Amino acid sequence: MEPLLVFPDPAPPELAQALDLSGYPWKAVADEMTAKRDEPDDGWAGAIVVADADPEAAFALCRGIRKGEMPLEPLLLLVNGTQLGELEMRDELFDDFCLTPFHPRELEARVKHLFWRAGQGTRPELVQYGDLVLNLETYQAAIGGRPLDLTYMEYELLKFLASHPGKVFTRETLLSRVWGYDYYGGARTVDVHVRRLRSKLGEEHAGLIQTVRSVGYSFGQSRWGL
Amino acid sequence: MEPQKEYVLRTVEERGVRLVRLWFTDVLGQHKSVAITPAELEAAFEEGVQFDGSAIDGFSRIQESDVLAVPDAGTFELLPWADASEPSARIFCDIHNPDGTSFEGDPRQVLRRNLEAAQAEGYSFFCAPEVEFFYFDTGDPAVGPKPVDQASYFDLTTADVSGSLRKRTIHMLEAMGIPVEYSFHEVSPSQHEIDLRYTDALEMADNVMTLRLVVRKIAMDDGLFASFMPKPFTDEQGSGMHTHMSLFEGDTNAFHDADNEYGLSEIAQHFIAGLLVHAREITAVTNQLVNSYKRLVVGDEAPVYVSWARNNRSALIRVPVVKPNKASSTRIEYRALDPAANPYLAFSLVLAAGMRGIAKGYELPAEAQENLYRVSRNEARAADLARLPTSLDEAVDEMEDSDLVREVLGEHIFEWFIRNKRAEWSEYQRHVTPFELNRYLPNI
Repeated sequence: MEPLLVFPDPAPPELAQALDLSGYPWKAVADEMTAKRDEPDDGWAGAIVVADADPEAAFALCRGIRKGEMPLEPLLLLVNGTQLGELEMRDELFDDFCLTPFHPRELEARVKHLFWRAGQGTRPELVQYGDLVLNLETYQAAIGGRPLDLTYMEYELLKFLASHPGKVFTRETLLSRVWGYDYYGGARTVDVHVRRLRSKLGEEHAGLIQTVRSVGYSFGQSRWGL
Repeated sequence: MEPQKEYVLRTVEERGVRLVRLWFTDVLGQHKSVAITPAELEAAFEEGVQFDGSAIDGFSRIQESDVLAVPDAGTFELLPWADASEPSARIFCDIHNPDGTSFEGDPRQVLRRNLEAAQAEGYSFFCAPEVEFFYFDTGDPAVGPKPVDQASYFDLTTADVSGSLRKRTIHMLEAMGIPVEYSFHEVSPSQHEIDLRYTDALEMADNVMTLRLVVRKIAMDDGLFASFMPKPFTDEQGSGMHTHMSLFEGDTNAFHDADNEYGLSEIAQHFIAGLLVHAREITAVTNQLVNSYKRLVVGDEAPVYVSWARNNRSALIRVPVVKPNKASSTRIEYRALDPAANPYLAFSLVLAAGMRGIAKGYELPAEAQENLYRVSRNEARAADLARLPTSLDEAVDEMEDSDLVREVLGEHIFEWFIRNKRAEWSEYQRHVTPFELNRYLPNI
């Protein structure tokens, strides 16, 4: 597992201890810049941001790592009881929160639940978008009840796109996120696979993957209809 | 286990696949298949499936006959024509020796090796062929080629039986992840063309093998026969496989240069020059049948002279005009290839000839200006315009003297191919044709 991002640096000792005891790898960062600099190749597994000491810096970091094409998920926010009001209008910045001082067992349970929800847990996870369903455990995909026969890379690409509807990805991002290494054929490989996916989706659904001129590709509609 | 293999095994299980067809190709480009049950697939990934290579054209000698077919997990595909109650799948294989080294008689690995060599220079090679073929009532040579329609170029008629065949073929290709760019009725009666959208050359060679099978299969379902023979009719145009090609350096089309009057970079110019220098040597492979040379004649929309040009379709290499905002589609079209070629070997040779041009910095000669179909032999000689080989015999002579072809194909395939083609030629040479009987018997 990739490490969790922890803010601030150094991490509060009780948090460090709780994470170590429950076996999660983690790394403390001071701000958005260090978060980017220290990011593992496969991305952070998630983030735990402690906001009770320096809320301003904490929310700035949340904003920084949640914007852009690859928002960091899941994110657990730690606040104290007097800060609950500050959560209003900031719903997009975190996936769950926990009050400080926390109980180590509660923290562990919340982290575990967040990972489960983000598809890194143990239950069979589905990615769904409209008629499209991908079962991440059985590697099967179907559209409108019709099974899609995909190759491994087609499946991985569709899974990635369908997990982030409405977001625009460059070919380079898709290549590094889906193929994960410097695949021969370069970013043009992405075009080839997108074209193949469209032909397998069939005319009716080929439009699910859109070409964004001189940028890259996006999938489906953004939740905000943009 | 690698995720790709795990994915394949899981899919086989989930979809209840009953039979997995292991596909590979012999030296002459014939499609070969051996079926295994799903239970054997995992072992096939790990150890390969052993079979007797001496039964395959151009493979092993009798005394060292065992080879292994090792499935390439990335090419796993369910067969859309299989019975829904008994799903089956195909997977392309690389052929290995029993000790695990790659087998030198395997055309797919020849292409893989040449693509890796280009990759080492920083280039990836993309191609997109235009495959032409005919539909006939039967493949029986005693009946001869009988067209199933009388339509012509771009014709769309209600009587176009073969139009519906072509439509079903395209749906099936698309369902197998082989995108089709265009398809239309070609010039000759019953002749059709399917243009595939570019992919990297290895995938494209696999796609060409699949296409030839799918086209034949759909025709057969309707009691018809599809043929990729280069020149079935004396008086109608033959079938080619014009192939568009480009080199990419990462995301950049290495053939493009906006400042050049042709839109061609120096790399592209050297590449074309390399193809021109070696064109005669590679023709035995790009046009491998006695019959192939009956297509390469004047006036038949096929190239005759070793030449290049922009919008001149009589040239061997054509440089299509690219729209100003489409720099990435800069490409060249090699027009000699025909659909009877082994795509793995043919793509290997056009790539290697072009790469040789880049490595040696060959200079691009001037563009052919005129319609080459109207050039007389004397004019051609005066202009130093070389002809493509006019027969398989001449092509094999050229090939035999070529260090490039020997190096690209490897000793094993090179030697075997020449032996095989020499035998084909000498059998043909002894043959007394209807042409001779018609012309000479009554008169001489």
